[in-house]
Amino acid sequence: MSKQLLRFTALGYLTLLLLAPVGMIAYRTFAHGLSPVWHALTTPSALHAVYLSLAVTAIAVPLNIVFGVGTGVLLARRRMPAGGLVNLLVNLPFAMSPVVIGLALFVLYGRTGWIGSWLAAHSLQVLFSFPGLVLATAFVSLPFVIREVVPVLEELGDDQEQAAATLGANSRQTFWRITLPSIRWALVYGVVLSAARALGEYGAVSIVSGNIVGQTQTLPLLVEERFRDFDSTGAYSTGFLLALISLLILAAMTLLSRRKEHP
Amino acid sequence: MAEATLARGGRPVAAPRLTAALGPGAAMLYLSVMVALPIAALASKAASDRFWPAITSPQAESALWLTFLMAVATTVIDVVTGVLIAWVLVRDDFPGKGVVNAVIDLPFALPTIVAGLVLMSLYGPKSPLHINVVQSRTAVLLALLFVTLPFVVRAVQPVLLALDRDVEAAASCLGAGPWQTFRRLTLPAILPAALTGAGLAFARALGEFGSIVLISGNIPFKTQVASVFISGQVESGDTHGAAAVSVVLLLAALAVLGLLSLASRRMRTRHV
Repeated sequence: MSKQLLRFTALGYLTLLLLAPVGMIAYRTFAHGLSPVWHALTTPSALHAVYLSLAVTAIAVPLNIVFGVGTGVLLARRRMPAGGLVNLLVNLPFAMSPVVIGLALFVLYGRTGWIGSWLAAHSLQVLFSFPGLVLATAFVSLPFVIREVVPVLEELGDDQEQAAATLGANSRQTFWRITLPSIRWALVYGVVLSAARALGEYGAVSIVSGNIVGQTQTLPLLVEERFRDFDSTGAYSTGFLLALISLLILAAMTLLSRRKEHP
Repeated sequence: MAEATLARGGRPVAAPRLTAALGPGAAMLYLSVMVALPIAALASKAASDRFWPAITSPQAESALWLTFLMAVATTVIDVVTGVLIAWVLVRDDFPGKGVVNAVIDLPFALPTIVAGLVLMSLYGPKSPLHINVVQSRTAVLLALLFVTLPFVVRAVQPVLLALDRDVEAAASCLGAGPWQTFRRLTLPAILPAALTGAGLAFARALGEFGSIVLISGNIPFKTQVASVFISGQVESGDTHGAAAVSVVLLLAALAVLGLLSLASRRMRTRHV
């Protein structure tokens, strides 16, 4: 009896907080049929937002991969001086408010900022343009790859890598043939997480973007603008598109975490 | 580049060759430019004689207090519901359990602005349940509970799975009731994990922005949390004030990170 009560309470909480609202957004999106949704998602500003979100992700995620795998190997193999400081800096983006991250970039690259004043003198722009979006996105999604890769590397140990070296492999061969294959599922999992965060980032991007329609407006920013303009079909359609992407990401996460545990 | 890093790092690296320092040097350079430099710029912007007035202005103070109280409330509710959900997912069996288990991570995958929109569609002005929480503190709490849902569940679940059930069976053989068994045996075992999850949820709740910005209505002294206040200050051109409040949030986040790593180190040494 009490077991049923606990189950009922837990599932009731999840339904009210999570399942019902997520189901409701699908209903709201298609309340007036399919064509308004199609129309809302194919306006020039919507298409540009899709393109921009994908382009920013396509640069930020590879940056995270190179940094995450490289630094991860150094950290796990104890060839990294000041490992404690590196760990702190790597974890900071998780603990910081996205708005604070956005503001930090805003201050650094603003007209009077340390880098911004130099940029202004050379008539280069980072804020309110594509590079600013990439910097903000790379910042918020930085920890995902490295935090997935390091525990796997530590658990594996370096027996196989040393064996490879003994057999005459140079460090490049060892990396491509031994290290990388053994962390591949953790790496893919980290990439999925960091792509999810990059596509959906709102807070940091909203501070540095300036939200210029057709130029620096990503998908999440478009959702916000349409909502504020009382274009609820447009907002819900764009939100639904992003929710659909996250459901795919969720499915990938579920499949991959099974792979990660039983490689 | 490598030479400069060697000189600055000071400490000898494993292999004394120049190429061996190239990797750590590049990693440090990337982290410095991407993470450390922006934070240093922010701190230097905040560090002026206007810092104290900025964070003690009535509106900033009220936003910071609200943020703190909401984060505490969120964390407390998360610990209770998180342990409950984890327990049901591990110890109970019902059709559709796999789907429920997978869906727990949805708040991590869903963009925060969409999370706000999703909550608004059910608990907003046109709610089919006739519950409208928009522009209230309940809305802020609801949004925070939504985005922090997975932390405690995912921290407790593996510990509960690994727990030896024979001990619990023995306890009930010796006449302990289910509540007594839970309180004396299960709870102490999962408590460290639950607190780790709680710390992560608390840090997240302190800084959350996207899911709150639409549903809270941004009413000063009522529903305006620190992150939304900062964003408003940036829009109105008061970068100094925004930076000052940001530094307070940043220090709070650092304190939580520090406590978490201290706690995990103590737990590890106790187990060994």
